[in-house]
Amino acid sequence: MTWFSFLGALEQGFVYGIMALGVYLTFRVLDFPDLTVDGSLPLGASVSAVAITAGIDPFVSLLMAAGAGFMAGAVTAVLNTKLKILHLLASILTMIALYSINIRIMDGPNVSLLGKATVLDPLLGLGMSGYVAAPLAFAGVAVTVTGLLIWFLHTELGQALLATGDNPQMIVSQGVNTHNLIIFGVGLSNAMVAFSGALIAQNQGAADANMGVGTIIAGLASVIVGETVLGTKGIFRACFAAIIGSVIYRLAIAMALSMKWGAFSFTPSDLNLITALLVVLALTAPKLKERFGLG
Amino acid sequence: MIAIEHLVKYFNRRGVNEVIALSGIDLTIERGEFITVIGSNGAGKSTLLNCLAGTFRHDEGRIVINGKDISPWPEYRRARFIGRVFQNPLTGTCASLTIEQNMALAFRRGARRGLSFGVKAAYRREFMERLAMLGLGLEHRLKNAVGLLSGGQRQALTMLMASLVQPELLLLDEHTAALDPKTARKILDLTRCIVSEEHLTTLMVTHNMKQALAFGSRLLMLHNGRVILDVKEDEKRSLTKDDLLSRFYDMQGEEVESDRMLLT
Repeated sequence: MTWFSFLGALEQGFVYGIMALGVYLTFRVLDFPDLTVDGSLPLGASVSAVAITAGIDPFVSLLMAAGAGFMAGAVTAVLNTKLKILHLLASILTMIALYSINIRIMDGPNVSLLGKATVLDPLLGLGMSGYVAAPLAFAGVAVTVTGLLIWFLHTELGQALLATGDNPQMIVSQGVNTHNLIIFGVGLSNAMVAFSGALIAQNQGAADANMGVGTIIAGLASVIVGETVLGTKGIFRACFAAIIGSVIYRLAIAMALSMKWGAFSFTPSDLNLITALLVVLALTAPKLKERFGLG
Repeated sequence: MIAIEHLVKYFNRRGVNEVIALSGIDLTIERGEFITVIGSNGAGKSTLLNCLAGTFRHDEGRIVINGKDISPWPEYRRARFIGRVFQNPLTGTCASLTIEQNMALAFRRGARRGLSFGVKAAYRREFMERLAMLGLGLEHRLKNAVGLLSGGQRQALTMLMASLVQPELLLLDEHTAALDPKTARKILDLTRCIVSEEHLTTLMVTHNMKQALAFGSRLLMLHNGRVILDVKEDEKRSLTKDDLLSRFYDMQGEEVESDRMLLT
């Protein structure tokens, strides 16, 4: 692996780490498997890209992206809580609908941001080169978002959210409207995912309707890898595990892509298969260990 | 005061398997009354509690607490008035949260939850004092996850949490049935202690006739969704297990009679 591909993996690890944090919030905290993210990541990208091409400040476009993502997540949660559609199916419905919506937003399958202002400009203005500025900036953003999430999960509202995922009957009998909390929580998760999508679009210079394919699997892989490395003890650890997991995951992919056995090497299109296998392995490893008495 | 007026609850209403679980319960509960509820399986004891808590919506009748008809209120809204302890000792607490986090959640029962810290330093002192009451040493384990506690310890904690914010009505749904006899006795002692100290209006469902007689100031016997026995104070004190049993068999006898009438 070259120095450049290492920095590139760090950059991707941090920026997708914000998405992984969103997946942690639904998958682990709320126990709500949410596939909306495959649609809300490109949603954030397209909202931000269209806003920037319309002359809106790139920082403001990030907030707009997060807002759009929140709404997408809220739709999924309303389908689940109010209309009683199974959470998995509700999220697939929103995801499919978002594909059309994203193309409407961009008025086409993609929008180019080449030569447009991005959130990295201030750092580049300091004379930093792009491949150093991006990982630094994204690491800063990822750590900030993680800190905010950790703080939120310790507030009264955040604690109620944790309880909603853990034991709904308990928290209802403590006077909490679980429907509202699930809508808020899934919304918040997708706001983070869309925010991450907006940063990705600005960094790679384009938003694309298909850039979200496999987001949930990459997010899950990051969460699970992070948990394996850092453990799940405490909110602080679990939140940082998502970010660290994402970085490790991207490094592993960069490593796999740089390997060669004679004429054979992996291509980027093999990544979905590799990731799927990785997630299956990580999910079953604890059970296999138990079964065969290892470890 | 809590008034239950002609409460009716069906399951699978208008379906092939329609069952009437409560067929017109009328009950007035005075403030501070401790009522034990007995009855055979399917008598409607748990359904009554669930209808009061709002877990199930009743089909007819009204529930009035302090002059307010709370019938249309969803479960989370009724929680402002109602404290609950469940039969399953795992239902009342969150396993992944710590003891103090669980208690802090219960401390805000019925109140708005905002963006201030869930567990405030000022709470800890009170939590420790309350926990010390249990005599289980939990006051030194505030930061332990509740999942590490035994069923009995969790039920004791739930009991404490249900009374942390004084409820208008405390619902105990066979809350000792899933515990071993020794732990069950401890939880019952704790129940007696908390209920009498805080003067809580309480409805305690039990399967155990001896418990029903030994506890509380009033006893209700349910059968087929109706109240068939309602005794208070002195009359309850003079009641024996045999009285309850004979009353119980009388009802079953009546049932056989009415079946016979139907068949002829």
